[in-house]
Amino acid sequence: MLSKQNKEVLFNPFSKDNPVLVQILGICSTLAVTAKLEPAIVMGMSVIAVMAFSNVIISLIRSTIPTTIRIIVQLVVVAALVIVVQQFLIAYDYDVSRQLSVFIGLIITNCILMGRLEAFALNNRPWPSFLDGIGNGLGYTIILVIVAFFRELLGSGTLFGYQVIPQFCYDHGYMNNGLMILPPMALITVACIIWVHRARNKDLQEK
Amino acid sequence: MNKNSNTYQIVYAAIMVLLVGSVLAFVYMALKPKQDENIANDKRAQILSAINIESNEAELKDNFNKYIVADYIVDDKGEIADSAANSAFNVNMKSNIKQANRVLPVYKSVLADGQVKYILPVYGAGLWGPIWGYVAVNDDGNTIFGTSFSHEGETPGLGARITENEFKAQFVGKKIMKEGAFKSVEVVKKGQKSLDGADYVDAISGATITSRGVGSMIAHCLSSYEPFLKKLAASNNQLNSQEE
Repeated sequence: MLSKQNKEVLFNPFSKDNPVLVQILGICSTLAVTAKLEPAIVMGMSVIAVMAFSNVIISLIRSTIPTTIRIIVQLVVVAALVIVVQQFLIAYDYDVSRQLSVFIGLIITNCILMGRLEAFALNNRPWPSFLDGIGNGLGYTIILVIVAFFRELLGSGTLFGYQVIPQFCYDHGYMNNGLMILPPMALITVACIIWVHRARNKDLQEK
Repeated sequence: MNKNSNTYQIVYAAIMVLLVGSVLAFVYMALKPKQDENIANDKRAQILSAINIESNEAELKDNFNKYIVADYIVDDKGEIADSAANSAFNVNMKSNIKQANRVLPVYKSVLADGQVKYILPVYGAGLWGPIWGYVAVNDDGNTIFGTSFSHEGETPGLGARITENEFKAQFVGKKIMKEGAFKSVEVVKKGQKSLDGADYVDAISGATITSRGVGSMIAHCLSSYEPFLKKLAASNNQLNSQEE
C-alpha cells in the first residue's frame, strides 16, 4: 500500500519539499486567508481535496491528453473541481463560504496545483498521484495554520474566534497589533518560518 | 492514433467541455435547494440580528415567524403599496437599489415586551464589494433601535469588523431625523464630529472606505423612507397626545 517510494511522495512535501517554504508557491493565497484560523483551515482542506482529485483525474487520463493542449485540460479539471467545492461549501458551510468569498474561486490560480499536475500527475500512476496531492495539500495547510495562528493571536487576541488574551492584559495597556491583520505581516511571518526552517535544514541552504 | 492531430484535439476538447459542463450543471441543480435555504436563513438571521435576537439554526425560522409580524412594501409617499406575505422578504436589494423608482421593503416586528420596531434594509458599496444591512427603528420613526451589517469580501480584521457588535452597538439610540428633517447617521473618523449637526458614530480605524460606505449606504437608502418615517412619527405623536 505505502511502499518506501510512496511514503516519500506523501511525506516529503511536509518539510524538505514543502510547496510554500521550499518551492515558494501559493504565497498569494497564504497572505489572503490567514488572518483567522478557521478560514485558513477550510481553505487548506479545500486545496487538499481539489489537489488530490485533480491529480487522480489527470493521472487517469494522462495517456489520452494531447500535449499541445495539456495546460488547458488541467485548468478545466481544476476549475471544475473548485466550482464543485465552492458549491458544496455554500450548501453545507455557508458561514465559512462567505468568509472565504473569492478565495475559494482563486484556488484555480494556485500555482501549487498546476505545478503538481505538470510535474507529477502527468507522469505517474493514479495512486502515487493521489498521495502526492494529499501530501502537498497538507504541506500547504500546515503553513497556513502556523501563519494564521500567529496572525490571529497577535492581531485579534483570539484563536478560532475565542478570546485567549485575558482582559486584564488589555486593562494594563496591551493592544492588539493591527498590522498583523494586514497582508504585509503575513509575508513577514512566512519569511520567519522559512528562516527557521532553513536554519534547521542545512542541506536546503544555498552555498 | 495521432494525439497531436487537429481533429483529435478538437474532439478531445469538445468532449471534455461537454462532460465537465454537465457534471457542473448536475452539481448545481442538486445543491440549489439547500443553497437557497442557506441564503434565506442567513437573511432571516441578519434581520433578527437588527433587533438583537441571535438564534441558532434550529430556532431561526420559529423566531423569525414569531418576531417579524408583517413585511410589506411602501411607496414614496409612505403608504403601504403591497402587503402580500413575503413581499419585502423576496425583494432582491442588489437589483432593487439600482432602479430609479425602487420599491421600499419594511419588516414590522413586535418584541417580546410588545414594543413595535420597523426594520429597513440598506444596501451599498464597501471597499472590495457590496455591503448591506438592516436598520431597526423605533415606532417614533426616528430613533435607531439596532442595526446589523454584512458584507461580501471586506478585509478580515478591518472592514469586515462592521459586522461586529462593537461597531453595531454605536448606532443604538441615534436619531435619523433632526427637527423633522432627514439627517441620517454619519460615520466619522474617531474624535471628529458631524459637520451638519447629524448624529454620528466612530468609523473603524484602518477601514476608512468601508466605514464611509456604511455612512453613505445609510444616508442613501434611508432617505427614501423619509415620508414613511414621518408618517410613523406623526401617528406616534397622535397616540401619545391621546394618552395624555
